[in-house]
Formats: sequence, C-alpha cells, structure tokens
Amino acid sequence: MAMLEVKDLEVYYGMIQAIKGVSFEVNEGEIVTLIGANGAGKTTTMQSIMGLIPIKKGSVTYNGQDITKVPGHKIVHLGMTQVPEGRRIFQELTVYDNLLMGAYTVKDKKQIQKDIDEICQRFEILGQRKNQIAGTLSGGEQQMLAMGRAMISHPKLLMLDEPSMGLSPLFVDKVFDIIKDYNKSGTTILLVEQNAKKALSIADRAYVLETGNISLSGSANELLNDEAVKKAYLGA
Amino acid sequence: MSTIMDGLSLGAIYALIALGYTMVYGIAKMLNFAHGDIIMVGAYTILTILQLSGNPYVAIAVSIVVCTIAGIVIERLAYKPLRGASPLAVLITAIGVSFLLQAIAQLIFGSKSQTISLPDFGKIHIGSFEFNASTIITLVVGGVIMAALTIFVKKTNTGRAMQAVSEDKGAALLMGVNVNRIIMITFAIGSALAAFASLFYLMQIPSITPTLGSMPGIKAFTAAVIGGIGSIPGAMLGGVLLGLIEKICLSIPAISPYTTAIEFSLLIVILLVKPIGLLGKKIREKV
Repeated sequence: MAMLEVKDLEVYYGMIQAIKGVSFEVNEGEIVTLIGANGAGKTTTMQSIMGLIPIKKGSVTYNGQDITKVPGHKIVHLGMTQVPEGRRIFQELTVYDNLLMGAYTVKDKKQIQKDIDEICQRFEILGQRKNQIAGTLSGGEQQMLAMGRAMISHPKLLMLDEPSMGLSPLFVDKVFDIIKDYNKSGTTILLVEQNAKKALSIADRAYVLETGNISLSGSANELLNDEAVKKAYLGA
Repeated sequence: MSTIMDGLSLGAIYALIALGYTMVYGIAKMLNFAHGDIIMVGAYTILTILQLSGNPYVAIAVSIVVCTIAGIVIERLAYKPLRGASPLAVLITAIGVSFLLQAIAQLIFGSKSQTISLPDFGKIHIGSFEFNASTIITLVVGGVIMAALTIFVKKTNTGRAMQAVSEDKGAALLMGVNVNRIIMITFAIGSALAAFASLFYLMQIPSITPTLGSMPGIKAFTAAVIGGIGSIPGAMLGGVLLGLIEKICLSIPAISPYTTAIEFSLLIVILLVKPIGLLGKKIREKV
C-alpha cells in the first residue's frame, strides 16, 4: 500500500480549474518528484494535499487514512509536513523560536531540546545564528532554516516545494545533498522542483505535471533519458 | 505631579483597550470596532452583579468571565464565517456588532445613565504628594497585566504561535497550529483586558450608559494606531502617551476645551510623519 495516494485530484481557483484530475502515489522510503513548468500546478497540488487550498474532487489518502477533508494542522500531527514554496520562515522570530515553532506538535521539552541540538549540528549555520532574527538571514540560510524547522518534528513524509528556488548553485547542491541524506535516514520525500535535472538525479520516481494533468511518469532514470522530457525540461 | 499620575493611569486604561484592538488586528487582520462595547458589557455586568451580590470582587470576577465569553461568542458567530471575505465586509460587520451590543444594553438597562458605587479606597500619601488610591491601583494592576501579557506572548508555546499566525497563517498551519483556536484565544484575551479596563474606567467615572464604550474605544483605537497597529509594545506606548496628553491638556484651563481636538491632531501628525505608527512593523514585501 502506498504511503501517500492522491487520486483524481481536482482543484479550482474560483471558476478556473487549476488541477484537472491528478493521480500519483508515494511509497514508503522513496523520493518522488513532481516536475513541471511554471503554472503547471505543482504548488497547488502540494498545498491542497496539506489542506491549505480546498479540494473540489478526488481524494488524498495517507497510510490508508482518508485525509481529503482533514484540516491542515491535524495532518501535521499525523507525521506529514511541508517546506513551503518561498520558505515562509517566521521573519520576525529568532532562528531558535522558528525551530521551536517547528516542534509545536512535540510536547516533551527534553525531546525538543535534543531535536534542536541535532538540527543545529546538521545545519551548523543555524546553531551559530540561534538568537538572530530570522528575517536577517540570507536566502540560502533561510532555506536551511525552513528545512530544519520542518525536520524537527521527525515527519514520516516530508514534502518540499521548490527548495532550490533563488539559491546560488553552491547552495542548490547542498540542499539536494541534505534531501538525499535525510531520505537515507528513513524519511519519505515528495519533492516539487523546476530544476528537473537535479530533482531527477536524486529521485526514485517522477511525475511530469503539465497544465493541471500528469503527462508522463516513470522511474527517474527513464525520465532523465526520455527525449520529450530532455527537450522540455532538461535543456538538452 | 498628580496630573502625571492621573495621566499615566488613564493611559493604562487606554493601553489595556488598545491591546485588544492591536492583538486582534495583528492576528486576524481585522479592525474589531465592537471592542469598545465590550467595556460597556463589562460595566453593566459589574453593576448588575454588584446589585445582586453586594460584593465588588465577585462582580469583577464575573465581569471578566462574561467579557471573555462575549468576545469568543462574537468572534464565532459574527467574524469566523467571514474568514477570507473582503476586509470591508468584516469591518461593516464589526460596526454592526457594535450597534447590536449597544441596542441590547439599551433594551435591558434603558438609555438613562446609571451610577455605580464602587468601594472608595481613599487617598494615598507618598512624601508630600497625595494620590487617589484608585489611580495607583490602576497603574500597578495595569502594569502587571501588561508585563504578564508580554511574557506570555514571548515565552509560551501559545504566545509564539500567536506571533507565527500573525506573520503567516499558512506557515503556522504547516507547523500544526490550529489557526482558528489561536484567533479565538486572541479574542478571549483582548476581551478579558477590556473587562479590566472597564473596572478601572468606572473607578474614575462611575456612571454607565449603553454608549459608554464608544469614546474610550475610539481613543484606545487612536492609541493603537499611534503606537503602530499590530504592535503590542506600541499599543502600550500609544495608550500611555494619549492618557498623559489628555490629562495634561485638561489641567491647563486655556487649552482644556480643545483636549480631544489636540489628541486627534496628534494622530494626524504621527500618521503624516510615520504612517506605520511609532513602533509599527514595516510591511514586508512578498518575495
């Protein structure tokens, strides 16, 4: 059974249909990526899974539980979270308070402290800037904070929406290394990216999203060598 | 000297009310114009319970509970269904709720002014100065409440969640924060503060009418804007500033008739010079 199963998803913005019946699944332990151009519906799909945008039709199932109508904050309690597009860290809070917000669902204070120490080891820069106001961090550091903040609650499924957006090539490599590492330590990953080459290089399987529909799917290797994908997304 | 103390204590009252405006604005992004009328609800509750029980402390306790519940009920019935609606619709609804509360009070208690007799705490002498005890109580209790609120917002999980919701509801939701619950808590806290404000207000002016909340409500809203709406320290600063200016103007016979005009002129000047208010946050550009 798939860990996350999205079936015939339809999402509207007012009268405009953004998602026109998207289906895909993510199995435990995998890295699955959704690639596609601007406006294909990647972010809309991600946000509707988490209940940020209402779903008109179709269903989302997580570990066998129907979560189509479950409010977003309860979904987080089920062990599924998201690093949103544009990072959306709390700019006016300190780095430390941002991490504490990430641990909002954790009640054990000692555990939270342990987790924060662990995150500060994984992302050294966060440890050094613990008491700094998050809005003063650079873009790359903010991405690290957004990822650290999501990892702190030990999600079973972590969704990342355009984690490489607006970052320097050095930071892009770093972000993908971290995602790969984190997956190896046992967390299932659903990754949305415009940087298709990078995403396919670390993913197990991939889906190509085109104007609200899945146009292609397969193993990451297959898609990397697919002529149509090469032409449209890999710039080859 | 006693003018300064009176000003500070009036300022504490304005600050307590302004906190309700500013917190609700910061978190729910709406101007709750019915907030001033919660003061009136608190005042009539104190009056009624005092008449029934004769015990002022019971009356105060009941009034805090009633105001808190009133705040929560108003949010649930009037504002929650409008989540995501245009700000104008919410604003008009808030004005409607304000009229509704005043009309209900008029139905129950009539439109005539009623006098309340709270216990007189007499005078306190500090050195060669003489102060009304009620002034000192207002200052001390108001200060303690504001300090407690600041610590609550900065140090507790719920307080941190309030800051997070105020900045980005969607991101807060992704942390597992129940945004609706945080908004409800904000209304509850704001209304409880208004209950304290109504008690202190009655200690200074012991007469109650259904429109009692209007003027302090508008003044406190002004204070919140002067301090920077959405900012908690700003509301405190704005409130104290406005209270001081009001009492100082009133103490000078030549300008006392223009007190209200001076206060609102100050608002205009501050908005011209610093449109976000004294301690207001810069509006962040979306990246």
